Amino acid sequence: MQEGKISKRRRMYEALMKAAMWISVACTCALVAFLILYVLVKGLPHISWSFLSGKPSYLSGNIGILPDILNTVYIVLAALLVVLPLGVGAAIYLTEYAGNKQVVGVIEYAAETLSGIPSIIYGLVGMLFFCQFLNMKTSLLAGALTLVIMNLPTVMRTTQESLKTVPWSYREGAFGLGAGKWRMIRTVVLPGCVDGVITGCILSVGRILGESAALLFTAGFAHALHGIVNGLSSSGATLTVALYVYAKEQGEFEVAFAIAAILMVLTLVINLSAVWVGRVFEKRRRI
Amino acid sequence: MKNKKIFENVVHGVFLILGLITVGCVLLITVYLFAAGIPAIREIGLFPFLFGKTWESTSADPSYGILPFILTSIYGTAGAMILGVPIGFLTAVYLSKLAPKRVKAAVGAAVSLLAGIPSVVYGLVGMLVLVPGIRKLFHLADGASLLAAIIVLAVMVLPSIIKVSITALDAVPEEYEYASLALGATPIETYFKVSVPAAKSGIAAAVVLGIGRAIGEAMAVMMVSGNVANMPGLFESVRFLTTAVASEMSYSSGLQRQALFSIALVLFLFIMLINGVLNLLLKGKKEA
Amino acid sequence: MSDIVTVENMCLWYGEHQALKNITIKIPQKSITAFIGPSGCGKSTFLKSLNRMNDLIQGVKITGDVKYNGKNIYDPSVDVNELRREIGMVFQKPNPFPMSIYDNIAYGPRTHGIRNKAKLDEIVEQSLKDAAIWEEVKDRLKKNALGLSGGQQQRICIARALAVKPKVLLMDEPTSALDPISTSKIEELTVKLKEEYTIIIVTHNMQQAVRISDQTAFFLLGELVEYGNTETLFSTPKDQRTEDYITGRFG
Repeated sequence: MQEGKISKRRRMYEALMKAAMWISVACTCALVAFLILYVLVKGLPHISWSFLSGKPSYLSGNIGILPDILNTVYIVLAALLVVLPLGVGAAIYLTEYAGNKQVVGVIEYAAETLSGIPSIIYGLVGMLFFCQFLNMKTSLLAGALTLVIMNLPTVMRTTQESLKTVPWSYREGAFGLGAGKWRMIRTVVLPGCVDGVITGCILSVGRILGESAALLFTAGFAHALHGIVNGLSSSGATLTVALYVYAKEQGEFEVAFAIAAILMVLTLVINLSAVWVGRVFEKRRRI
Repeated sequence: MKNKKIFENVVHGVFLILGLITVGCVLLITVYLFAAGIPAIREIGLFPFLFGKTWESTSADPSYGILPFILTSIYGTAGAMILGVPIGFLTAVYLSKLAPKRVKAAVGAAVSLLAGIPSVVYGLVGMLVLVPGIRKLFHLADGASLLAAIIVLAVMVLPSIIKVSITALDAVPEEYEYASLALGATPIETYFKVSVPAAKSGIAAAVVLGIGRAIGEAMAVMMVSGNVANMPGLFESVRFLTTAVASEMSYSSGLQRQALFSIALVLFLFIMLINGVLNLLLKGKKEA
Repeated sequence: MSDIVTVENMCLWYGEHQALKNITIKIPQKSITAFIGPSGCGKSTFLKSLNRMNDLIQGVKITGDVKYNGKNIYDPSVDVNELRREIGMVFQKPNPFPMSIYDNIAYGPRTHGIRNKAKLDEIVEQSLKDAAIWEEVKDRLKKNALGLSGGQQQRICIARALAVKPKVLLMDEPTSALDPISTSKIEELTVKLKEEYTIIIVTHNMQQAVRISDQTAFFLLGELVEYGNTETLFSTPKDQRTEDYITGRFG
């Protein structure tokens, strides 16, 4: 302690690194705040009941997004309906059945690969396979099935995570009572993975809401109003695709911002509910 | 008894099939991209396709050179990394090591939100804020440019970089940090000279993940980059590999359409390469 | 022989809980002082308060005087980084950084501003020799330190602490995670090091205290029960509690 204080050079380094970190954090926070405020301020004033409940008409010049809202709902429902059994089944296979390490490795590697593939490529392959090869044409169903492939790894992974937390003793207990494997899975494993499935659902809904590139060539961008059955077999834009079309192709920025504001609010809701679900189940598990 | 056994075997078989669906999907995508992408490359020739400098798919004498797209994608991604990595990395160090718990939770939530915002919203804001801003600032005829795309991409890769880096930094054992402090290093010196090197493979994985995101992004980039098949320049209107596919797909036919599939194949190969690197990094971390 | 560390009426609280009560102790330089006592008696806490590693824990409050070379180390004018450079520490679990052996040793000197390669080489070699591990690692200085055995890792950690040329070396149960052979090597090393350094060692192992230390301090429930010459303390303890402990009646 003869010198008393650390050298000037080190104090400079301290100050510099601290400043750099604070600037970075400030940048990140400012960015988030700006994006939220800008989109909401620009978009919320243009949202009205007639906007939400109407459909676009070139005759009257009105723009309504009801068809896009419905299309989004249809596509979310259809995609979840297919992806849940597939994803949960795959996760159950991996944790309960697969004995061979190599098989597990291959499946997990495949899932990782899927989650790294950009959505434009999903769109392209979806178009080639579902629209052309399976002759579904450009339709919500083709779009939904494309999204199924995209979200498969997510559902699989969240389910797997929650299955890992089901204690082995439960399984042994069920076997000990003479239950067959399937019965054990139905009564012990499936109830244990509810939180993973819900989290997977929430994440998938978020991803589907935000998706555009994969849907452009598979689900198309029509704004016609349909019921769910007709809707799935015909072309239609989800909210996100509609935003793109209104902004890029038609220059209707007010509409685009209104949709962006809706999407922003939905994103917020989805994030919060994911956190909330996580917390609720965390608590329940501890009890 | 026998029936029960058959039943169990059937159930096992069903789950096996479900498990193998992901593998099937990867194979499907790979096979389709190769099958659709190879013919045009054969017709055009691999070299003129990859290294041709002009893309004029709709002219009377079309040429299909995708070097401008490849370079734009590489430059755009590199630019986004140059902007995004330092900000993301420093934010991650602050949040992981210095931030009070509440700040960490709040900023963490904000970053998750950033990750959840649809890419078209980024594109929209970029179109209306960034593009006019760049036009005015640099006195250009049009602000839709590589620079605008780089900035949008930098923002979009931030969440991946921050989240994965935080996970890596949080996992650094406290003992390393104590040892450094006990030697008379300050906390900041400790974080940057011990914690960061100890988390380096995780941080590298974060960067590689960001690269994958940036190179695969289509819609946001399409809305701000001007979408002209120029060789890349910071203030030029440019077209990425992704946007090249997206912008012409709806009206293309014949060789032009096939060439678009070939572009997708090139993009796919890039992504597979990046995935491979990512896997190596993550695996290396597990072993260490 | 003068005292390098003197503590007077020192108390330490973790929030509401008082972990150390009125500790008064004088530690002579260039000797080995052992702290013994059952788990949770406060010996480790006390050791860590000597180079202010307790600062890292939230809610710690300290009263009384802790003086190093006559200066109160909790005085606001004291730079904690410089203090820790003078009073080094070796931890219970070997904790070399996940980098090369060379970089581990050079970390401290580099932190304190030594950039000259030749100088660093010299410090690294000298520190490794002082820690009696030079012969074992001189051919693989660029290899990752985590590739070494536990005992070797601990000697690397000692070398790393020596490289910043401290005056005092605090050792927090440095051999509890090691096998007997590694333990005896570290003990030999510690005895050799007292020619140059003041060593304070926390140990669970009473034979170890007897083998290597000059003074022993016995802690119980946050109190310093007895402190004195090791031989005297173990042969004729003054306090009944000390006798009970060293004869193995509890703890």
